[in-house]
Amino acid sequence: MKALGLHLGVLLTLALAGLLLPDYHQGMLTRVLVMAVFATGYNLAFGYTGLLSLGHALHFSAGMMAAGLAMRDGMAPEAALPLGALAGTVSAALTGILALRTKGVSFMIVTLMFAQAFYLTLLYFGAFTGGDEGFPLPGSARQMFGLDLTQPGPRFTVALLLFGIALLVQAALVRGRFGRSMVAIRENEERSRMLGYNPFTIKLTALTLSGLYAGVAGAAYGLLFGYVGAGFGTTQYSILPMLYVLLGGAGTTLGPLLGAGLMAWLIDAASSLTEASLAIIGAVLIALVVFAPKGILGTIRERGAKWLP
Amino acid sequence: MTLLSRRSVLAGLAAGSALSLAPMRFASAQSAAPIKLGFQVHRTGIGASYGRWYERVANAAATRMNDMGGINGRPVELVFEDDGTDPKRGAEVVDKLVSQHGVDLIFGSLFSHVVIGSAPRAGELKVPYLPCSEGYHVASGMLNRWCLQPGISDVRSQVTAMAPWVMQNLGKKVTMVFPDYAFGHDHRDYFSEAVAAQGGEVIAKIGIPPTETSFTRYFPQIPAETEVLYHVMVGPSVLTFVKELGEFYGAGSGPQIFGFIDSLEGVDLASPGLEFLEGSHFWEGHCRHKQPDAPAWEADYRAAVGVDDNGASLADPKDVATYAHMFSVWETLSTIKKGMEAAGYQSTADRQKFVEAVEAMTSFDAGLDHVQGAKVFNGKTHQVFSTQFISKVEAGKLTRVHTTSIEESLYPDAVDYTAQSF
Amino acid sequence: MGTGSLLMLATLEGTVMAAVLALAAVGLSLTFGVMRVVNVAHGEFFMLGAVLAWAVAQAMPSAPLGFVAALLIAPALVGALAWVTDTALLKRLNYNPDSTIVATIGLSYLIQQGALSFFGPDARAVAAPFTLRLQFPGFGYSGYKLFVVAAALLVLLAVWWGLTRSRAGLVMRATQVDRNTARAFGINVDRVYAGTFALGAALAALAAVLLAPISQAHYLMGHDPLLLSFIVVIIGGLGSLRGTLLAALVIGLADGILSMLYPPTLAKILATLAVAMVLVFRPQGLFGDRT
Repeated sequence: MKALGLHLGVLLTLALAGLLLPDYHQGMLTRVLVMAVFATGYNLAFGYTGLLSLGHALHFSAGMMAAGLAMRDGMAPEAALPLGALAGTVSAALTGILALRTKGVSFMIVTLMFAQAFYLTLLYFGAFTGGDEGFPLPGSARQMFGLDLTQPGPRFTVALLLFGIALLVQAALVRGRFGRSMVAIRENEERSRMLGYNPFTIKLTALTLSGLYAGVAGAAYGLLFGYVGAGFGTTQYSILPMLYVLLGGAGTTLGPLLGAGLMAWLIDAASSLTEASLAIIGAVLIALVVFAPKGILGTIRERGAKWLP
Repeated sequence: MTLLSRRSVLAGLAAGSALSLAPMRFASAQSAAPIKLGFQVHRTGIGASYGRWYERVANAAATRMNDMGGINGRPVELVFEDDGTDPKRGAEVVDKLVSQHGVDLIFGSLFSHVVIGSAPRAGELKVPYLPCSEGYHVASGMLNRWCLQPGISDVRSQVTAMAPWVMQNLGKKVTMVFPDYAFGHDHRDYFSEAVAAQGGEVIAKIGIPPTETSFTRYFPQIPAETEVLYHVMVGPSVLTFVKELGEFYGAGSGPQIFGFIDSLEGVDLASPGLEFLEGSHFWEGHCRHKQPDAPAWEADYRAAVGVDDNGASLADPKDVATYAHMFSVWETLSTIKKGMEAAGYQSTADRQKFVEAVEAMTSFDAGLDHVQGAKVFNGKTHQVFSTQFISKVEAGKLTRVHTTSIEESLYPDAVDYTAQSF
Repeated sequence: MGTGSLLMLATLEGTVMAAVLALAAVGLSLTFGVMRVVNVAHGEFFMLGAVLAWAVAQAMPSAPLGFVAALLIAPALVGALAWVTDTALLKRLNYNPDSTIVATIGLSYLIQQGALSFFGPDARAVAAPFTLRLQFPGFGYSGYKLFVVAAALLVLLAVWWGLTRSRAGLVMRATQVDRNTARAFGINVDRVYAGTFALGAALAALAAVLLAPISQAHYLMGHDPLLLSFIVVIIGGLGSLRGTLLAALVIGLADGILSMLYPPTLAKILATLAVAMVLVFRPQGLFGDRT
């Protein structure tokens, strides 16, 4: 109950922030919310199930490309968004069936190589996909359920709605039976097998769900901000959700949001403060990991707030 | 008839020249708030080598502009934001420049994916967006009415202008080596088209993936009957590319080599391993080494941006400029001034008037405002066209051997932005 | 070009790539094998080695002198940096896998910014200590590249000898097998870890000095060696030096031959998928034992 209250409170605060923040920060928050959907999905695989994937850029960009290419060819966003979700889900399921034969660092490398192969494929078929340059989506194509997504207000509303669903579904999931089985596998796979779980099925389900989140986020990013490109398929976009989750707290429901927000405003502030912004980002990451080794929310939970979801 | 004493004439002349040299006073107090121009700079990421020079040129051009009285009598203030050469951050930077810093317009972005990623946001915010990119994105109709490229010609026009000279002087059977993504594909497609129009043939097209760091293994794919090897590589691996090409063919043998200087912007031609380029030809947007017949303003421009006659920094002769492209920043600022003054630009409410004023432009005269040379501006496609240079590497220096006409670089319009709404 | 020449070139290129891979990976094989931590900054240690090689070469009157000086200076400096990183940072994190990833990502940002600020964003060519072009039927080839192959073998041999024949190697292997038992036997595990981490970084820098003349120095160059090293180390089987070498050979030759047959990008896609499939069907690596 306490957890549900917290989640609803956070969503309410976000809604208020969307109303009150100045234009620029409202726009930033919109981007953060979409990236937080991506990271929340990553949290399901990594934070709860212990699957350290370095290939989530594949599912993100598959969702973005599927939705973007369909909209370029005239499909309505109402249909393109689910199509993007489907693309992320299918790509995660297919690569998951193969990659889940491996564990640990091998799993990291295999997922990374699948993502790399997909990125190169996007470039190879550049005449169709737009390659690294990508393509913009015209404003006329970005109208959904009567909302003009080129406008900041509707754009924020859609982002908040998507994040709200992502957050509540995740919270319900991890409190349920399936959530307990995911954690059981993370903690001790052999033991969970003896308890009668089928680790492969559970891991594949978690990974596929996480691909669904990534696909939605990718499609939404293209739809909301009007640009689709292979650049979102590079390794950088596999590392980002991992970083968000680790910073905010792996295996906490709100960690991905916190991590995404923290990184976004950190990069923004650092680039205003100095020309050597990478150094500041690096130093802050190191400081954070020293003082909050389990991520911010993970460390808070460990140091007393045991109830934190 | 009054005889003026020689002395008073001299005094008068001195006073006059002092007046014209001294920075002009900005027109009036109430309109003296600066015009804020946002600059998207590639300070980090793969474009950093270009970004650093673009930033220096922008600062030099703004200083000159302020010395001449600013724009509409108002001083110019530049606001730089690093986009990390990343399209996602690029769009965020557009937001930041407009909403946080309140800039009047944005210019200066180079890498095409950043331009294309940022343009939708500029269109939504209804802010003029002027890339200095040479990408074929403005003129292809991919962007929107708020995007203009008045500072540099695009890849399509550049390669189209190169084809006749290459066919007549180097050979008719061409093999192309290019990066296997959009920038390289523009080269591949439009050069092939122009070569065919000249009665030549591109016999092999070798696209190199951007992750590649070694090239020798692809050289056997260059057919033996190749007369001209056309290369346009970007990124740090180009040094390896040239070196390995030299090892593969050996000095003095192999096909004629024609490249785009993009391969070696910011790179010292005297670097070890580049000896093989001696005698080969390059496209240049602006001649890196000062030519004997350089126009009068060339020296002033070089001094202003801090570049010596070899195209390197005055402070460090090993720090080579991205000379063939960076003039676009200087010239874009000149056009911004002209456009704002023609539009009677007062505040951000006049942004649309500014775009319309630039659309009405048709040509730019060569001079200190347009240092690279005279240009034709197409108001419908929002793209400028210019002369192009072909230079030969002789004793480690680029010597211009040919200048193409503007007509050679024209192609049919692909878009009419003036028919689009704002 | 005849089939014979083509095959010859493919073999040469594959062998050189194998040497490049083995050199870049040997340091990672060591730290990863002994310490079991994922060091994301490995690629930046490599980059730092290359950039230092350039800086040293600038200060020296001739290319051979610059090369020799860089061979001594770059690994020492990078090794020292790694030692400090280990004792001041990784040890405090107790080598927790997740924390180490975040910390080394942070470290790679710091190193990148350092290289950008001090050495600039331009790609820099580094002269080889000697220039020799070998003419084969139909094509020429760099003599220095063949020298790199020999150097790679030498480095691997030296590391192998150090691990199996020296006391330091024995201590490292003991720590690798069981850290707590090693401690019980009076081994200073902290120093072994710091030493291993420093040695791994120094080897990355050494590799970079050897490889800079056939590529270049650039502040963003660390990305590829990092990924390639991980791939080689995993395929080779954790902590197996012999596996690292064999994996480098298999990947190098496969890549060399595939790139002769297909358009470059397609060849890269196929090679990437092939390596992924090897891991999928032999998750313990080609030569590792099941752990």
